[in-house]
Order: sequence, then structure tokens, then C-alpha cells
Amino acid sequence: MPQIPFILSVVTFLPLVGAGLIMLARLMGKGDAAGAARWIALITTLATLAVSAVLVAGFDASIATYQFVERYVWFAGAEYHMGVDGISILFVLLTAFLMPICILASWKTITERVVDYMIAFLVLETLVIGVFTSLDLFLFYIFFEGTLVPMFIIIGVWGGANRIYAAYKFFLYTLLGSVLMLLAMLWMASTAGTTSIPELKAFDFPAYAQPMLWLAFFASFAVKMPMWPVHTWLPDAHVQAPTAGSVILAGILLKLGGYGFILFNLPMFPLASQMFAPLVFTLSAIAIVYTSLVAFRQTDIKKLIAYSSVAHMGFVTMGIFAGNDQGVQGAVFQMLSHGLISGALFLCVGVVYDRMHTREIAFYGGLTSRMPWFAAIFLMFTMANVGLPGTSGFIGEILTMTGIYQVSTWTALFAASGVIFSAVYALTLYRNVMFGEITNPALKAITDVDKRELLIFAPLIIGTLWLGVQPGLVLDYTAASVEALTSAYQLAIGG
Amino acid sequence: MNLELLVTLGVFAPLLGAAIVGLSGRRLGDLLSKSITTGLLFVSCAVAWIVFSQWTWGHLEPFTVHIAPFIHVGDFQSNWSIRIDALSAVMLVVVTTVSSLVHLYSWGYMAEDPDKPRFFAYLSLFTFAMLALVTAADFMQLFFGWEGVGLASYLLIGFWYKKSTASAAAIKAFVVNRVGDFGFALGIFTVFWMFGTIQFAELFPMIAAREGTGWEFLGYTWSALDLAGVLLFIGAMGKSAQFFLHTWLPDAMEGPTPVSALIHAATMVTAGVYMVCLLSPIFEYAPLASSIIALTGAITALFAATVGLAQNDIKRVIAYSTCSQLGYMFFAAGVGAYEAAMFHLFTHAFFKALLFLGAGSVIHGMHHEQDMRKMGGLWKLLPITYAVMMIGTIAITGLGIPGIGGFAGFYSKDIVIESAWAAAASGHSAIGLFAFLVGIFAAGLTAYYSWRLIFMTFHNKPVWKEEGAHHADDHASHAQLETHSEPLADDDAHGHAHDDHAHDDHHHHGPLKPHESPWVMIVPLLVLSVGAVAAGFLFEGFFTGHHEGEFWRSAIFNGPHNHVLHEAHDVPTWVVWSPLVLSVIGTFAAFWLYVLKEGMARRMAERGGVIHAFLYNKWYFDEVYDFIFVRGAKAIGDLFWKIGDVKIIDGLGPNGAAWASLKSAARLGKLQSGYVYHYAFVMLLGVAGFLAYAIYAWGA
Repeated sequence: MPQIPFILSVVTFLPLVGAGLIMLARLMGKGDAAGAARWIALITTLATLAVSAVLVAGFDASIATYQFVERYVWFAGAEYHMGVDGISILFVLLTAFLMPICILASWKTITERVVDYMIAFLVLETLVIGVFTSLDLFLFYIFFEGTLVPMFIIIGVWGGANRIYAAYKFFLYTLLGSVLMLLAMLWMASTAGTTSIPELKAFDFPAYAQPMLWLAFFASFAVKMPMWPVHTWLPDAHVQAPTAGSVILAGILLKLGGYGFILFNLPMFPLASQMFAPLVFTLSAIAIVYTSLVAFRQTDIKKLIAYSSVAHMGFVTMGIFAGNDQGVQGAVFQMLSHGLISGALFLCVGVVYDRMHTREIAFYGGLTSRMPWFAAIFLMFTMANVGLPGTSGFIGEILTMTGIYQVSTWTALFAASGVIFSAVYALTLYRNVMFGEITNPALKAITDVDKRELLIFAPLIIGTLWLGVQPGLVLDYTAASVEALTSAYQLAIGG
Repeated sequence: MNLELLVTLGVFAPLLGAAIVGLSGRRLGDLLSKSITTGLLFVSCAVAWIVFSQWTWGHLEPFTVHIAPFIHVGDFQSNWSIRIDALSAVMLVVVTTVSSLVHLYSWGYMAEDPDKPRFFAYLSLFTFAMLALVTAADFMQLFFGWEGVGLASYLLIGFWYKKSTASAAAIKAFVVNRVGDFGFALGIFTVFWMFGTIQFAELFPMIAAREGTGWEFLGYTWSALDLAGVLLFIGAMGKSAQFFLHTWLPDAMEGPTPVSALIHAATMVTAGVYMVCLLSPIFEYAPLASSIIALTGAITALFAATVGLAQNDIKRVIAYSTCSQLGYMFFAAGVGAYEAAMFHLFTHAFFKALLFLGAGSVIHGMHHEQDMRKMGGLWKLLPITYAVMMIGTIAITGLGIPGIGGFAGFYSKDIVIESAWAAAASGHSAIGLFAFLVGIFAAGLTAYYSWRLIFMTFHNKPVWKEEGAHHADDHASHAQLETHSEPLADDDAHGHAHDDHAHDDHHHHGPLKPHESPWVMIVPLLVLSVGAVAAGFLFEGFFTGHHEGEFWRSAIFNGPHNHVLHEAHDVPTWVVWSPLVLSVIGTFAAFWLYVLKEGMARRMAERGGVIHAFLYNKWYFDEVYDFIFVRGAKAIGDLFWKIGDVKIIDGLGPNGAAWASLKSAARLGKLQSGYVYHYAFVMLLGVAGFLAYAIYAWGA
């Protein structure tokens, strides 16, 4: 296997280089700037995917330590410190996997300020990958908070009619969490005398400080997930965001919260994690039941899927704080799987939105007869979304529920009931959009998915089914890292 | 070829067919699509019979083929595998035989449907999921098959997706099954944390040691195995349409009739019974759970039979009959006679598939009319269908002479009823006596509604001759009604009974000419007739008779105190004869009301009466459920959304603050960039903070 030197830096900053090239192309000013931007963005994201594939291939999944570590003193004691373990490496891969899909999905639909749009996506990719590769508090903070800027711009510039309100809500929620997390980070750095995340994990934070620190991080990550009751920004953000923006938002940005819990809350503040676990379980259970019922009543397709995302993230939070192998492995799996499934569902919405320019469920009906391929694709992802065995959606749900059962049977009960509710809203949506006779004359001429769209869906279909049948592809990677995490956690709480 | 490879081929052949035809059916064309799926299904069927005959008459040992790992997390270890033992051998034969015949039958039944490739792909997909279910060696693959057949059921019920009632019924089936799966999943978690494994082979030997121990669940301490058993049984209740979770099954008749025969009569709905028998090692040590099974089964057997008395849709009568027969199987399993339950499952598959396909032949011949009130006198026009329906009816009503013999249902239903009596007499089951009484009483009801179906359809005066002219109008009014139906609501309570293909224009004007079905439909009927006649006396010895010990071996576990099946062979003579007596009474009642006093039953029904309305409306389950669950979920969903999210969370949070700052922001002009600057400012503050710290740490 050929080794790429500084591979983590390469995979992180390659998209940024692509963004630079696009700017350069614009400065040169010749020919079709938009076309050039599209191609450069696509090639860059594909190259990043290739590098991350090399990264994954070279990773030794049998050990729990950080690999491909790059560590240099930067300035003033701050370090440039990067590395990946069996959990973060898969998020890098997921990001690199979804980005070319996003670029392709925007190929025809984005016609305004294409150059800026592609730059925003490439910058976003660098920042997100940076979150997953950085092992320094300072670096993590920059990447983590930095992701908001391009996302904010993507919603605010290329969004729908009500984009300003959505972008504002998104901003307000996130800001609140960030400030608290920043204060906690500063306190931790000064107390532990290091900004290295692996060292901070090994540091024994005093029991009196843990609850405050835990809550500070929780505030930031809970908003990101998002957990009930700080979830209301998400439906608005999704509804207003362009399709690719929704894919990235649901597919990756939400996972930053769960990743944060796994990186900070659980290993660094185990006592507080145990103490607050009932709170997390309660919020997760509410998220699953409450948002599923709200999803059932939505009249906008995107809003419905957004609420469904909140419900699915409830499985993640409860799995993480179950603190056992099944729970945490399931949570990581659920995040990765939801990245594929929710991404695909938003792309499905994009397919009909591009054709009819509305997301009102009532507008549609009977599409199956005009769009048989789309019907099959949408059905597959609807079923994956309701956690049908054989799709990746099942694995995460069943494992997190197994995990939580050991810790709290009540939470398991509510989570399991969520499996009923998800079937109700998802199948009702599918019925209202796809089944029946076409009664709306505007739909008579609607066309089925074309080759470009099939190309976009194909990797997502393969990924969802493959992971559903062979979840070991993910679980084998995460096993060692998760076991190290959970055994340390169980040791710390004396369980 | 060795047997391991052969069974692997047998299990995966239907999946292959489904994949090929599902992905490229439109390019292959109808004939190739039908041929590929049906051909592969017959391959599967041949394999199943090889395994079954080797098991029954040869010296096959139980074995498991390991295909690939599935989920491995800590002790939670699941593999893709094919488990072959007596239970799976029986199920393989039942599933593949009925499925291949149904595939063949559908060549004729679906001849006019433009979506044939999709239909056959779904049928094959269903078969694969069902085979995965019955050959699972652990709970995860079982659950995979369990929900997989649910998916196929959803797809096939909603096959005519343009029909509003069909897609509503499809959702209802899926969701009600999910309610069952909710319990099933909790049961699996309970078993896993109790025993640390989800592998059947590891689990079963550990169970006896757990007897009588407690388990914490939802803050209470329960009897461990009873808790696990009850939770798992909730899953069986959903899949097998038992009382409270039965409402989806009659609506599932919206699917094409071959689907009803395969999924909603012979195979999928019996998965719950299979599961209880498979998990007999748990239920043998879970007396409370077993009693609940027996009670639920008995209540369902009775309830469904009473509803079946008053239905006019030919398929719905058979659907309630299925529901009732499943109740028989459950109470047999609940009182400890798992072998009898499996025997009834086996024979029922033949005669119930026969009845459904026979009904399909009638519907086909009547140009998609399902209302029996509009039939009558068909025996001359559909003589073969009439003959096979008679066979099926004799089989299901259990007609036969004790000590001499009878058709399939006679053997299996009698051993079920006798087991209930034996369990009551020996005190093995508290529900035994109730189950026995229900068993003989429902046998009478079964005879009544089954013969009523025959008389209304094939005898009496041919109503269709007069009604033909009004038919087209009916269709139009139904179509209008349908467009207003709500999702999940049962909008099919009153007389809507047209199994109409969504596409073909079978809206015949002028007189109707019923006709006999083509040979592709007749042949499966004849094959199933052989099963309905002979499955009883051929296999009685293996399933419940002298050879049952060698036949079942370790696949079904009987606890040290369970001698129910043995004692069932030694019950008083009146017990043996009583189901027959009730059955004959039921038959004569139907004969009197529908043949001798033709028209009287109809006048009675029209005059109404509380009891008739209660039965005709299926005990008002749909209305009550609709009110509580469907409207309840909608109201709560609206409450959470419009009050919880919009008024409370947003009102107190962002919108409150938003209002204030939007005003000031408006003065700043460009709104969106304004926020980016705010944001960048805060982030810079963070960077500055880090820098300050770094310099401080560096200095120190």
C-alpha cells in the first residue's frame, strides 16, 4: 500500500486547495467560470475521497490508539496535532463520500454565484474533516466553530424565501452553545496544562468540576445534534437550505455533536456522564417520541424528514450515554448510517423539488406511475429510515436499543415505540406522495430520475444495503476504539 | 452436490429471482420475468422436499450452514446462517410449495395486469424473507426475516397502489406489525441481557437454570422467563393477527388474491406460531406466558369465527377464518402441544391456500366481484373450482369419522382440541378447559361460515344475472368515496368489495358471464387439493402420532412435566366426537338458512339487529382504534408541533430574542452578512482567549 506522507493534513486541506484553484480560475477570468468551478470542485472532492480511501486502507483497526499522528509545536505552546482512531476515521470517510455527491447534486440546480457556492462547499469540507482529525483543543475549536460560517452562508445566500430567519435561528442557537464550550475549554487547558485531546482524556478532572464542564460541552453538542428541546432550528434550516446544503447538514454537521460527546463528554467527564445520563435518556426518549409525532403532522416533505432526523439522533445520544459496547458502537453506526440515509432522503426531496418547485406534500400524489425508478429509490430509503433489517438503518437502532436496555429499560421502551412511530410518518409520507392516482394536472408530465441522478443515488443505495447486511465493515473498525472507550468509562464509574 | 450447498441454493434462489426481475423486469418482458421467478421457486421447492423427505424418511441430522457474519458487538453475536432441523424442514416445505404454486397460479390470475414483473419480484422477495425467517439460527436473522416478510406484505397489499384502500391497508399492516415487533425487540433485548447470547443453540441449554428467577424491567421485578416469553409473544400476536393486533389482516385482503393465499393464509401469518414452537424451551419454563398464549389464541379463535359469520366479502370470510385457525394453533402451543400446533399449521397451509386460490378463481371468473351476495349458482359454470372448494371446506371443517379417517383438517384440528382437553384434565394448563370449549364451539362456527360461503357462492339462484347492469355505477361511486379516505383509517367497512385491477378496464357493461379459470390456475388448485385431502393421514404419525419423537427430536422441547400430547391420544370418547357433532350442527344451520330457506338469512341481515351489526362491523375494533390511536396520534402530534415547538420553544427562545434583535439588525442593513460578522467576532474572541492562555502557559 503506498503511503502518503502527512496524509491527515493532505486529506484535510486538499479541498481548501481546490477552493484556492477555483479562485485562481476566476481571477484568470477566461471562459466559463461556473463550469470550471463545478469541475474543479468535483475533481477535488473525488481526490479527497481517494485519499481518505487510502487512509482507511492503511489503518490498523485492531488497535485503539490514534494513528497517522502528526504533532508539531505551532506557536506559544499550541500544537498542530492530528490523528485518527477507528471512530473518527470513518467520519472522515463519510464526509469525503458525501461531498462529491453534494457537488453533483448541485450541478444543475445551482445557477447563481456558482463559484462562491463551490468554494463554500470545499471550505466546509476542509473544516469538517478538520474536526474529525484534530487532536488539539485549539485546533478542534477552530474547525468546529468554523464549520458554521460556510453553512451559514450556504443557507443565507442559496436558501429559500425565508432563509434569513432560518440562518438567524441556526446562528443564535449555535452561538449560545459555543460560548459555554469555549469557557470550558479554557478552564480545562489551564487546569490540565495541555491542549492535547489524548492527554486530556487521560487527565483526571476533579469530580466537582466535571458537572460544569460536562454541561458546557453538552450545551454546544446538544444544539448540534440537535436534541430536544433545542431542535427547532433544524427544520427551518433544512427547509430553507438548498438540497446539497441539507445533505451536508443532516449527513455530517449533525454528527459533529455526537462525535463531540464521544470525544469529550464520555471519556473526559465520566462521573458527570453517569450523573447526567438520566437527563440524556429522558431528552432522547422525548426526542424519539415527540419529534416522531410532530413529523407525522408535517405538510412539508423536508420538514418531515428534518423532524425524523431529530428522532433518529435520539437513538445516538441514548446509545452514547448507555456507555456499553452495544450502545456506543450502535451510536457511531447510527450516525454513519443516518449520514447516508438522511442524505439520500433529502436528495429524494430534491428530485421532486427540482421538477415542481414545491415541497408541499399535498401538491403531490401518485408519482409512482410516472416515476417508477424514483419510486423504488425513495421506497428503499424510506424503509431504511424506518430501520428495516437489511438496511443500515436497522443496525444502529437495534444496537443502541440493546445498549440502553441494560442501563434503562424505560428508555428502551420509549425508543422501541419510536420504531412504530417512524413507520407511521414515513409510510404515510410515502403514500401521500407516491401512491394513488395522479390528480394534480401539473404532475402529468413529471419525468423519472435521469442518469445523473441515478449516479448520485447509486453509491448511497449500495452503501445503505451493504452496511445493512455486512455491518462488520463499520463495526470492525470501531470495535477496538469503542471498547477502549467503554472499558475506561466503566472503570471510571466503577461499573 | 452436498446438502449444505443444496439448501443454500434453495434459500437464495428466490432472492436471485427477485433481484433479476426486480431490477430488469421491464427489459426482460413479462414471459421471462414470470419464467425466471417461477422456475427458481420450483428449484427451491424441490430442495425443500429433498430436505424434508430425508428428514422424515431418511437419517438426516440437524445441521447449520454458516453463510457470513452479521452483527458482532461484544456478546451480541449474530450470523447469516441456515438452520436445518425438523421445524425448519416443515416450514421449508410449506413455504416453497405454496409459494411455487402461487407463482404459477399468478400467471393466470395476473394475466391482465401490466405490472407483472414487479408482482413476481415481490412474491419471490417475500419467499426469500420467509425462508430466512424459518432457517434463522439466532434472533437477529429471525428478526430480519420477520420484518422482511412484513416489507413484502406491505408491498403486495399495496400492489395496486392507485387504490386508496390498498395503500391504506398496506400501511395498516406494516404499522400494526410494528406494534408487535416493538414487543418482539424488547423480548430479544431481555433475552440477550439475561443470557448474554442471541444464538438459539447457546441460549436453549441455559434456560432451565433460570426457572423461577426474577428480572428487573420498568422498575418492577418480574418472573424472568415469563417476561421474556410475553414480550416475544407480542411479536407473534402482530405477525399472526391475534386478538387486539388482528385488525390488519382483513384489510390485507386488498392485495391480489394469490398474495392473500401465500402470505395472509399459508405462510407469513403462521410465523408467530412457528416462533412460539421454536422458542418452546423458553415457553416451557414460562407458565404465565404460555397461559397468555393459550388465552389469546382461544379468544382469537372464537372472536374471528363470530365475525366470519356475518361477512359478505368472500375473501374476508376466509381471512377471518385464517385468523380463527391461527388462534387454534396458538392455544395448542399455549397448552404445551407445540407438535399439534405445527401439525395444524402444516395442514392449514394446504387447505387455506386452496380456499383462497379457489376464491381467487371465483373472483377471476366473476370479473373481480368479491361480494358473495352478488354470486350464486356458480357450480355449473366453475365446476372444477367448485369441486376443489368443496374439498377445502371439508378439510377446514374437520369432517371425518373418528377411528376411520378424514381430510387434513380433521386430524390436525382434532389433536389440537384433544390436547386442550388433555391439558385441562391433567391440570397442565389453567386455560386448557376454556381453550377446549372454545375449540369445539368455534368448530361449529367454522362449519357454518365455511358452508355458508359455499352455498352463497356456488348454490342458490345466480344473483349476478340480474345485477350485472347496475355494476358499472357502483364502481363510479366507490371511486369517489375512496379519494376522501384518510391514511390509516379503515375506510372499507361497508360493502366495498372489488378486487379490481387498478389498470385493466374490467368494468363490464351488460350481462356478466362467469367462466372457469385457465389451466395455470387449475393445476395449483388440484395439487393443493391433494394436500388438503392427504396431508392429514400421511403425516399424522410423524407430527403428532407414534413417530413424533423421532420426527421432532430436539427441535421442539417438552418440559419434564409436559405430557399433553401423549395424553391427548387418550381422551374420553365424547371429547373425540364433540367437534364433529358441533361441526355437523354448523353445517346444517348453514344449509337450512342458505339453501332450504334461501333468502332468509339475507332478510335477517337486512333487518339488522344489534348482534348482526356488531359482528358485521367486526366488534367495532377499527372504529375504536381509529378514534384512540389514529386521531390520538394526530392530535398529540399537532399539540407537540403547534404548541410545543412553535409556541413554547420558539416563542420563549429564538423568536422572543429574534424579534428584538431583528429590529436592531434591520438598521444595520445587510442582515445575513451582519450575522457572519457577529459570529466571526465571537470566534475571534475564542482565538484570542486561547492565545492569551498559550502565552500565559508558555511564560510559566
